[in-house]
Amino acid sequence: MGATISLDYISHRYQAAGPNTLSGINNCIKPGELCALIGRSGCGKSTLLHMMAGLLIPSEGCVRINNQQVQKPSAKWNMMFQKASLYPWMSVKENAALGLLFAGVSPAQASEKIDGLLDMVGLHDRKDARVQSLSGGQQQRVALARSLATEPEVLLLDEPFSALDAFTRGALQEEVPLICRKLNITMVTVTHDIDEAITMADRVLIMSQNPGRIVDELSVDLPWPRRHMDHKFQHLRDELMQMFVQTETTSIQASDPSISKTVAA
Amino acid sequence: MTTASASLERNRANMPPLMGGVLWVANQLKYPVLGCLCLLVLWWFGGYLIRNDPDLSAFSAFAPGPTFSALYALILSGELVQTITSSLYRILIGLLWGVAIGVPVGVLIGYVGTAMKIANVPFQILRMISPLAWMPIAVLAFASWDAAIIFLIVMAAVWPIMFSTAHGVRKIDPNWFKVARNLGATGPQMLSRIILPAIMMDVVAGIRLAVGVAWVVLVPAEYLGVTSGLGYAINDARDTLSYDTLAAIVLVIGVIGYCLDWLCGLLVKRFNWHLED
Ligand SMILES: Nc1ncnc2c1ncn2[C@@H]1O[C@H](COP(=O)(O)OP(=O)(O)OP(=O)(O)O)[C@@H](O)[C@H]1O
Ligand SMILES: [Mg+2]
Repeated sequence: MGATISLDYISHRYQAAGPNTLSGINNCIKPGELCALIGRSGCGKSTLLHMMAGLLIPSEGCVRINNQQVQKPSAKWNMMFQKASLYPWMSVKENAALGLLFAGVSPAQASEKIDGLLDMVGLHDRKDARVQSLSGGQQQRVALARSLATEPEVLLLDEPFSALDAFTRGALQEEVPLICRKLNITMVTVTHDIDEAITMADRVLIMSQNPGRIVDELSVDLPWPRRHMDHKFQHLRDELMQMFVQTETTSIQASDPSISKTVAA
Repeated sequence: MTTASASLERNRANMPPLMGGVLWVANQLKYPVLGCLCLLVLWWFGGYLIRNDPDLSAFSAFAPGPTFSALYALILSGELVQTITSSLYRILIGLLWGVAIGVPVGVLIGYVGTAMKIANVPFQILRMISPLAWMPIAVLAFASWDAAIIFLIVMAAVWPIMFSTAHGVRKIDPNWFKVARNLGATGPQMLSRIILPAIMMDVVAGIRLAVGVAWVVLVPAEYLGVTSGLGYAINDARDTLSYDTLAAIVLVIGVIGYCLDWLCGLLVKRFNWHLED
């Protein structure tokens, strides 16, 4: 259980003649590892995550999950988006069961499993509610149950909590890694929130911009659940911030010498 | 909820269930019934004026009394049922064609931006042509009168269905496709589980509009050569100077039209996935 994700020499351009959006990305994520991917807006985090989900094929290189090349979406590697995007004509339970329905599982069989999952994400009393009557956080919990229902080996999160209020976000930042640990799921979460990265991940990958590449990484070896006020947490936070600033200045210098002069002056 | 109906709700709780039910129905119906009574009074008053005017007294059969007795006779003879059945049959076939053409084309122009740009102006032009303007062409183009009438109904029904469907497709959240693809949906599953349920309420709303237009077009269309249906019955009653029957048919047209619209309203409610507040 738990899958290895290999990113092999990935480069990508959206237009054939355009600039590289991603360039020379090479990394390996171990089974059951909880990984965070941070970087400036527009550096290509979502692009890379879509590739891991099979929603986008890189122009060079490939993504392999358990040594199998990812070429199309699959219930084995599942993605959660910034918006829950639930289907308003289905109940909470039907939404959560959708992946199983697509896989041909009978509703009766799915029902028991979905009940368990909705209990786990804390929605036991809203199973038959209409999704439009749920709060943003509750909707995102339904989306989480929907992603977990097909027993994925990989869970990919694209800023899934960024639209939520601070309390709900904090709760989910704590719960999701625990659930992934429990179910032995390899998790990759994209964020531009340094605290979120340290709260959720074993390892933080730092991306630079233009072209997007993984420039540095940081291991986070803190006990769960992680406390923001913790001394070690603060220390890692500072370290990560510094690494981040460093990559920013190097990438500016690399891309435009005239700017580096003004920065130096 | 108004205070009056709120207190009614409260009182209902302490009543035997049957009586509570009767009260509830009475409360729901009081305004519509009042409205219909007003209409009846106006109608009766009009009949009264006609009867007392020596120039118009020949038309006194238009008044409520003669009309309702003619209606009773029509029902008893079974003539009415037959008339209504043939009209409804034409409406139904016309609507089916309208759906069969309007929904796929609507999905196409809603989904493919270029198709919309190309089709918009010609379709808007065609839409503004009264379906009855096609009458002579329909008569030339179709061998049977029935087919010509159904063609006119299709010309009335297809536009609302098409535009409403296209509107529904255009407002589908693109993320719904991405999420479904990500969950492993195949093409047919995407169609049956995501696209169709998403646009169903717009399709049904289009059908409701179409029924309204088609019902209005039906009667003049049935003035064409056919020997059945409500339009024919009106023509026939006029030719035989049986004005009571004519008024009865007019009444039936209104009532059935209302019922059709009410049924469509139920359907719209059934498929509406917006949260009612
Ligand atoms: N479909 C597309 N076609 C062309 N260019 C695209 C497309 N999607 C993204 N891009 C470009 O690729 C770059 C990376 O985009 P991406 O969405 O991966 O960034 P991101 O790191 O996820 O940013 P954010 O934090 O704002 O979500 C951006 O410059 C963007 O303009
Ligand atoms: Mg993004």
